[in-house]
Amino acid sequence: MSRYLTDRLARYAVFAGAAVSFLVLLAIAVFVFRGGLPAIREIGIFDFLFGTVWRPGQGQYGILVMIVGSVAVTAGSLLLAVPLGIACAILLAEVAPSGVRQFLRQAVELLVGIPSVVYGLVGMVLLVPAIRQLGGPGYSVLAASIVLMAMVLPTIISISEDSIRSVPASYKEAALALGATHWQTIWRVLLPSARSGIIAGVVLGMGRAVGETMAMIMVIGNSITFPTSPLSPTRTLTGNIAVEITYAGGLHRSALFATGIVLFILILIINSIAVISLKRGGHAQNLA
Amino acid sequence: MPRISPKATQRIAIACVWGGGVITVLILVVVIGYVLVQGIPGLSLNFLLTPPKGGLAGGGGISTVILSTLYLIGLTIVILVPIGLGAAVYLAEYAPDNRVTRLIRYGVEILAGVPSIVFGLFGFALFVTVLHFNFSILSGALTLVCLLLPTMIRTSEEAIKAVPYAHREAALALGATRWQVISKVLLPTALPGIVTAIILCIGRAIEETACLYVTMGGCAAMPRSLLSCGRTLSLHIYYLAMDTRDFAGAMTTGAVLIITILVINGITNWLSARFQRKMKGAT
Repeated sequence: MSRYLTDRLARYAVFAGAAVSFLVLLAIAVFVFRGGLPAIREIGIFDFLFGTVWRPGQGQYGILVMIVGSVAVTAGSLLLAVPLGIACAILLAEVAPSGVRQFLRQAVELLVGIPSVVYGLVGMVLLVPAIRQLGGPGYSVLAASIVLMAMVLPTIISISEDSIRSVPASYKEAALALGATHWQTIWRVLLPSARSGIIAGVVLGMGRAVGETMAMIMVIGNSITFPTSPLSPTRTLTGNIAVEITYAGGLHRSALFATGIVLFILILIINSIAVISLKRGGHAQNLA
Repeated sequence: MPRISPKATQRIAIACVWGGGVITVLILVVVIGYVLVQGIPGLSLNFLLTPPKGGLAGGGGISTVILSTLYLIGLTIVILVPIGLGAAVYLAEYAPDNRVTRLIRYGVEILAGVPSIVFGLFGFALFVTVLHFNFSILSGALTLVCLLLPTMIRTSEEAIKAVPYAHREAALALGATRWQVISKVLLPTALPGIVTAIILCIGRAIEETACLYVTMGGCAAMPRSLLSCGRTLSLHIYYLAMDTRDFAGAMTTGAVLIITILVINGITNWLSARFQRKMKGAT
């Protein structure tokens, strides 16, 4: 075979590889929507999204509890992870000497590598009994938020650190030259300039939090009730799918795919916000 | 109200920032330390080489689980690498700046953010149900391939792009075709980077649970073929903790998992440091 022919064939082959990755996305959208649309049509979009009762046995499919549950744990985890993550990012970008910085980077990298079931397991054995002392069953929004915090922390830290670092050095020099202390420079100049990058990090962390499944099932209790306090159990959208899909049939199965559609759209919105805010950050810094 | 001097504010603020760092490291130490301390006493050759007892009591070892995990990862990598590497080569070397390329890049970006359980739903619908692979290692592997594609593409594209431009020019000047440049120059030079990408994917495959929970079936029996059901180490931890409340077994399996991940992490760091040094030396 002539090498020119090989050259042409190879070009098609690698293009096929690239095309597959786009087709996968398309296929996911098609299959999840195809699976879920019958349920949405049958139940009605309003009753599905805002219905407060999920009883597959009696044909009642409302996912409001799960939406509230997902929102609650996501908000809870961000409440814990954002201050901690930004503090770490400042430490890494501005304060720590290089030895500490390398060590901390490795630690953050490992935090990403720990499987979500291991977080869930440690949560079940350490956190849940501790939270039970405060009242309630222990399996709770609080336990889920703390577990999730550990999982979204790395995302927030690394993206915030990058954006603090990419603030032009002249900003910092100007602030210091005006007599500002190092902290005043960080707080009044660096953080505001890095704002859009930090927001992007938080939003991406939010995406991770909304999508997390197994660790949530393990510590949140999975009861289909509205959480009335941080100590009460509830269920997330992701948990709802994972717990029931393997045995569900008919309309029940379709309703679970419809839950997947809600999740898919939610993630699309969240990620688009992150991308836009990252781009805007880059733009502002290029202008400077 | 008395004003705090900027110096004092700075001291307090910097202390808080250090506090944040300490808490982050503590989280890591508590999670890893607790699992290792609780898990390692139960760890023995016997644990690794006997099958799980199954049933509601938990207990037994993890031999069949290790085997399922290896089958799953082997199959996933065999399918993932040609597709992912092909896509990476296309994006790094061929892709013209047009609408199709932008669409593909956008697709990869979106795919990277899709939650594992949605991949699971897709795998359940396509591989388990429509294609009748049922709950099997094959269904799990195919689902995992979809999930890992963005990671594989991005990291190997970076490795290919890191090869200095002079290498391409030199080969082209000698009369090589584009494919000869890629297969004889770029890929061999980028090999350590590509290997890093593959190991990274193996690491993520070991960590993954949700998409496998709904596609692999989770049985603890010895896998006879790629069409038999199975469970990975991560899934085994989930089943032990949730279904049988065998926390001791779950901790020991967790210790095995964490040790594996520490090793993989070490290899990746070592390889990528070597690759970066080599690329720097080459310019």
